[in-house]
Amino acid sequence: MSSPEQWAHPEPGDATAATAAKPTPEQVIAGLRATTEGGADLTQLLTPEGERIASPIFDPYVADVDAEALRELYRDMVLVRRADREANAMQRQGQLGIWVPLLGQEAAQIGSGRALRPTDMAFPSYREHGVGYARGVDFRELLGIFRCSDQGGWDFKEHGFHPYTIVIGNQVLNACGYAMGQKFEGKVGNTDGQGNPSETDEATIVYFGDGATSQGDVHEGFVWAAVYDAPLVFFCQNNQWAISEPTERQSRLPLYQRARGYGFPGIRVDGNDVLGCLAVTRWALEVCRNGNGPVLIEAFTYRMDAHTTTDDPTRYRLSDELEAWKLKDPIERVRVHLTRNGGADAAFFAEVDAASDAFAAELRDYCFNMPDPTPERIFANVYAEPSPVLDAQRDEFLAYLEGFDGAEEAGSEAPGVVKAGER
Amino acid sequence: MAAPTRSTVNGSAGHSENPSTVQTLTIGKAINLGLRTAMESDDKVIVLGEDVGKLGGVFRITDGLQKDFGEQRVLDTPLAESGIIGTAVGLAVRGFRPVCEIQFEGFIFPGFDQIVSQLAKLHYRTQGKIKVPVVIRVPFGGGIGAVEHHSESPESLFAHVAGLKVVSCSNPVDAYWMIQQAIDCDDPVLFFEPKKLYHMGTLKAPVDTTVTPTPLFQSRLLREGTAATLVGYGPSVKVCLDAANAAAEEGTELAVIDLRSLSPLDLTPVFESVRRTGRLITVSEAQSESSLAAEIATRVQQECFYSLEAPVLRVTGFDTPYPPAKLEEYYLPDLDRVLHAVDRSLAW
Ligand SMILES: Cc1ncc(C[n+]2csc(CCOP(=O)(O)OP(=O)(O)O)c2C)c(N)n1
Ligand SMILES: [Mg+2]
Repeated sequence: MSSPEQWAHPEPGDATAATAAKPTPEQVIAGLRATTEGGADLTQLLTPEGERIASPIFDPYVADVDAEALRELYRDMVLVRRADREANAMQRQGQLGIWVPLLGQEAAQIGSGRALRPTDMAFPSYREHGVGYARGVDFRELLGIFRCSDQGGWDFKEHGFHPYTIVIGNQVLNACGYAMGQKFEGKVGNTDGQGNPSETDEATIVYFGDGATSQGDVHEGFVWAAVYDAPLVFFCQNNQWAISEPTERQSRLPLYQRARGYGFPGIRVDGNDVLGCLAVTRWALEVCRNGNGPVLIEAFTYRMDAHTTTDDPTRYRLSDELEAWKLKDPIERVRVHLTRNGGADAAFFAEVDAASDAFAAELRDYCFNMPDPTPERIFANVYAEPSPVLDAQRDEFLAYLEGFDGAEEAGSEAPGVVKAGER
Repeated sequence: MAAPTRSTVNGSAGHSENPSTVQTLTIGKAINLGLRTAMESDDKVIVLGEDVGKLGGVFRITDGLQKDFGEQRVLDTPLAESGIIGTAVGLAVRGFRPVCEIQFEGFIFPGFDQIVSQLAKLHYRTQGKIKVPVVIRVPFGGGIGAVEHHSESPESLFAHVAGLKVVSCSNPVDAYWMIQQAIDCDDPVLFFEPKKLYHMGTLKAPVDTTVTPTPLFQSRLLREGTAATLVGYGPSVKVCLDAANAAAEEGTELAVIDLRSLSPLDLTPVFESVRRTGRLITVSEAQSESSLAAEIATRVQQECFYSLEAPVLRVTGFDTPYPPAKLEEYYLPDLDRVLHAVDRSLAW
């Protein structure tokens, strides 16, 4: 069978080899299959129908995941989805400036996020609310960013969760530097004295999208991590779209195969399979912690909602596609699996639903009562060191504002101060 | 390039009363029509950027262009600004006239190297043997309640670079003509678009496609005044006009100048006005330190030293990163801050 890889690298004399201008029909079909189904190389432990598939390589990485652990993964995904829908609704009600939905990507985010140790570090882009949740970041703290009252204020070190990065690809190099630091400080490739890998070894994971894979920063990150054997897991959520551009706009070959060119392993996992994502990420982190350098994971998933609340996907994609992906829903397959195998009963599902409703109500309450920042915030922390020039600018402006208050009280129209916020 | 646009946009066509040549447009629609007109008259004009094809850009400024001109002339590029600008340079060397769209000003920086190192310098380095007529369209400015990197005003960074021309439009008529003139220009042009005003219905204006436009690199006096002179560009022009209207109600006549061209600067109308008013206030969303506002102030004090009755004042964003948008009403120059500066100037 023609593979998508052949499409990019036709063998000499291959009857089905494409000319640069025109792939053969077989290659077109293979390419389409590769993008809609994930292709032959898709690692999957739990099918969309909820069937557990044995994997000699990856089963050991989830050997500890019993029914209870799976129920917790299910709970995480339901809670995160519920919070996502609530935030989306709150944007519609004018409570948030914008929301970036994660709908459909719960398994990729919870699976990979739960694979991390507390001492590991995660660098998100801007859609990784599920990873943040898995890192113990209070979902409420994420809302400030989208309410435009904050730019991210959780304890980055405590949670091992870097601030969101909106400029596509930037965080990949930052993560790479962080991982280089872990290596330089001797936090990889240690043993515990009995020859077992050390529990204190560390790794870093960086999240980015399919579109991001075109950015120079991402390619440089691949090169740097490879050259320095940085313990860095590149976690690409291929959700098939970069706003209106399909993944085919970014690459001729499946994204995970890019890793080969940089000299490290690349793997494509079913991004809607939470067990698969957990296993593959645990494996990749182990490769990193053991000192073998970086790994690229392509989590093959789907952006089930708009790019953001300002986007209108009906302009560029067919609803058929969405309908097809609904059949591969990340949460539903776990529910089916748990139900079929007696891992959970109706009472459990009802309890999770109730808990997620309560969670959403809490979020709502918090969001509606979130205080606005005060003008001092504009000038605060621009520099780590004292900045008398900026302090003067701040004082002048605050005095100007105060003058306003005074003017209003006095019923006069002009602000009653001499100096003001002009320079 | 022997394109019909050249004669039209640089003004050999006469005035026409034909109403079918007049359309009432927003700034966004006017840029769209200007792009379309440029593409119709020269098949070397191509548009490239992220989501500019089917989606028509996130602001819909390229709406319908891919449908009508095809995928070879309206390119949904891979997601990389360095790639967009770097390939535009190569396309220009090959004889095309690329128009790049940067989705938001905050995302131009991956392409900054290509802009500064190649786009700006090729003509100089080759002593004119290579021309790079690339236009980079940049939606800029704040006031839209957005998250980080979506509300900035980095125009001074580009005006600082020799070899680049930098312009900004503030109304539909200019938007329509200036985009075509920029495309027609043999130098690279950074085209800053006031995103907050793109679809503002109250700014809709009749655009007559047959009149002779103002040359691209000229500023324009919008309102005569005697008390003080306000100078703005892009989104701040509206703030200046609103301030002048408010002041007029109290009997203070303020002159307003729309800079339009940020590099080269055309300050002749500013000098003339300041010689009459003796007072100048610059208004821009960009921070003040080492900015265009600083450049204007310097030149005005050099040219109009003996006419000045007060120091040049700058009403700008603060010298901080753009704050969370909940605070942008404080950060952005508004009518009150402009009028306050006027009061200060008058009281000097
Ligand atoms: C450097 C840069 N250019 C453009 C943008 C605007 N933008 C925001 S998200 C996006 C698409 C990203 O697609 P992808 O990497 O697949 O991530 P996804 O949004 O699908 O999670 C674009 C073009 C940006 N944020 N940064
Ligand atoms: Mg994507």
